[in-house]
Amino acid sequence: MTLEKLRPGQAGTVLALRLEGALRRRLRDLGLMEGTRLRCLGRSPLGDPSAYLICGAAIALRREDSRLIEVEVEPWNEP
Amino acid sequence: MERTVALAGNPNVGKSTLFNRLTGLRQHTGNWTGKTVSTAMGRCGDYRLVDLPGTYSLLPHSEEERVARDYLLQGEEEVVAVVCDACCLERNLNLVLQCRELCQRVLVCVNLLDEAERRGIRVDCTALSRGLGLPVVGVTAREKGSRERLLAALDALWEAPAPSRRSPPYGQGLETALQHMLPLTEGERLPARWLCLRLLAGEKLPASAKLQHAADTERAALGLTASEVEDLLSAALSREAARLAALSVTGEERAYGRRDARLDRVFTGKLWAFPVMLLLLLGICYLSIRGANLPSEWLSMGFERLEGLLRRGFAAFSAPPWLEGLLLDGAYQSLAAVISVMLPPMAIFFPLFTLLEDAGFLPRVAYNLDRPFQRCHACGKQSLCMLMGLGCNAVGVTGCRIIDTKRERLLAILTNAITPCNGRFPLLIALLAMFFASGRSAILPAALLTLVLAGSVLLTFAATALLSKTILRGEASPFVLELPPYRKPQVGRVLLRSLLDRTLFVLGRAAAVAAPAGALLWCLGRWQISGESLLLRLAALLDAPGRFFGLDGAILLAFLLGLPANETVLPILLLLYRASGGLGDAAGLGEIHALLLQHGWTGLTALCAVIFTVLHWPCSTTLLTVKKETGSWKWTALSALVPTVMGLALCAAVRALRF
Repeated sequence: MTLEKLRPGQAGTVLALRLEGALRRRLRDLGLMEGTRLRCLGRSPLGDPSAYLICGAAIALRREDSRLIEVEVEPWNEP
Repeated sequence: MERTVALAGNPNVGKSTLFNRLTGLRQHTGNWTGKTVSTAMGRCGDYRLVDLPGTYSLLPHSEEERVARDYLLQGEEEVVAVVCDACCLERNLNLVLQCRELCQRVLVCVNLLDEAERRGIRVDCTALSRGLGLPVVGVTAREKGSRERLLAALDALWEAPAPSRRSPPYGQGLETALQHMLPLTEGERLPARWLCLRLLAGEKLPASAKLQHAADTERAALGLTASEVEDLLSAALSREAARLAALSVTGEERAYGRRDARLDRVFTGKLWAFPVMLLLLLGICYLSIRGANLPSEWLSMGFERLEGLLRRGFAAFSAPPWLEGLLLDGAYQSLAAVISVMLPPMAIFFPLFTLLEDAGFLPRVAYNLDRPFQRCHACGKQSLCMLMGLGCNAVGVTGCRIIDTKRERLLAILTNAITPCNGRFPLLIALLAMFFASGRSAILPAALLTLVLAGSVLLTFAATALLSKTILRGEASPFVLELPPYRKPQVGRVLLRSLLDRTLFVLGRAAAVAAPAGALLWCLGRWQISGESLLLRLAALLDAPGRFFGLDGAILLAFLLGLPANETVLPILLLLYRASGGLGDAAGLGEIHALLLQHGWTGLTALCAVIFTVLHWPCSTTLLTVKKETGSWKWTALSALVPTVMGLALCAAVRALRF
């Protein structure tokens, strides 16, 4: 499934990045690549963007971009 | 030869704080490349420090990265100190490894060790140093010895023979390709191995045609596209970073912790985010206005007293009356008006703003407001530029540099003047208090001002949407924002620096713009054409068009003549109405109200005046800043046209509706 469907609190592992160009580079620089584990921290008050915990930092991504990232959801039990 | 150290690092790792700590007040902002990214430079001991823009990597995908990389490429003899966040080391190592590949002398500075301790993270600097093959210095905010250890490490690095550049293992295929390409790099100016890798990744760099061709051949032989090569390179760096982190970091890496999550539930939560932001905005405005009242009065009185002394001096030297008029009635009074109106609020607003920035709050604002900006095909960071514009539009325009793409940056620049700056507040408050808030209550004008500000935000959205559908058409560009952990702002130093910067800015502007403008105005005022003052004739000429827009000739003329400085619009208007006297003649609100009513002002006139105050051409300082930032007269002209056209249209509509 895609990253945008990850609900606040849910964790997942990245399977593929279906985006190109500058955004792809920037995400990879931030540590988001195949095999990275991340967690959805929450959505902004107007619904978009959402914040994700990636490599220990909180990164905000827009829905139109997180729609292009494939993840595998983990059964969640993080405090 | 002077020893220069470049400070590199990810954003939000406390690099600038460290820079400030090392250089103290001995720094200035430079524009060394002439590009639209500024670098701070300063001195620390024997070293000249250059604070490079914060970047996540050295790939040329944004202006900041290009600037940082170009700087590092051109300095053979220099030392690069890469500042890392101990809480987030693995990700930071990406940049360290890239620097190690590019530069000869690299020092790693692991910052915020105390923050890491608190989260149960420990970094073994010795192990890291061994693994990297680079000197590593640990730094904490409070510990005094950090600075000395850092300087000692820099000395050692400088004296040591230059180690060669190192790369992580890139795998069989790429290494073979490199073996084939390296012999062809004879005579290339850029570091050989690095150049080959970048060419393989498809980057356009100055290199011989032979080498470029070899890169294409090798890439084809490997059966990869440029993008795939880039992926391989970044994956290799990532693996190496993970390996180094594993052997030197204990505890789970986490920059963004539980406390940050809890705070964000408030600052970015559905319920509280907007109320809190509104409250903070109100708070800053209130403090700026209220706190500025007394100092403004003191400055006014001080300038008046000084004026008295100067006049006596002029009399003592039997100076010709025209000289006294030009210098005192013209230049001096304009200068005094601008300083006493602008300096106190700016001296409060911007330090407060900087405190919020230091604490980490501002990215949350961009995060919360990104959605409406997305709809306008713009970027959430524009909200921060608007906030800066609230203090001063020229600063707001410069602040648009935080936006990555040119199109969105232009959108922010062209609409910045719609946010009324501190210089326009007194005029707005006076108009609102006189015509829309009866009674002695102090709350009502403040509430109305908030309404006006909210209105200006909506107008900015409208303007941005319109521009992005017409002149500045294009797709919304990638938006990636880091929400840094909340940190305690360094109150003392931040405030001092901000205060100094702002004071110098206002004084500079007053001297360079307001004083000459005042002198010119005085000349124009004295100019008579067949018995009547030129200014009054102009006002009469502008009267018909003025009334069409619900204003009058004098008001339009006052705004036109107020181009150098918005603070002078009201004084000029009073001068025109009185048809005599100087700019500095003080008057209470009651007297002003009476004067305006005398000249035919109604509630409608006041409303149109408020609208026009928000929506008219930016001041000359802002216009010049737009020219500097965009490098084009076309965009500068547009930045004047956009708010003006909107203002006139809205005023005309309001006037028509009332009929």
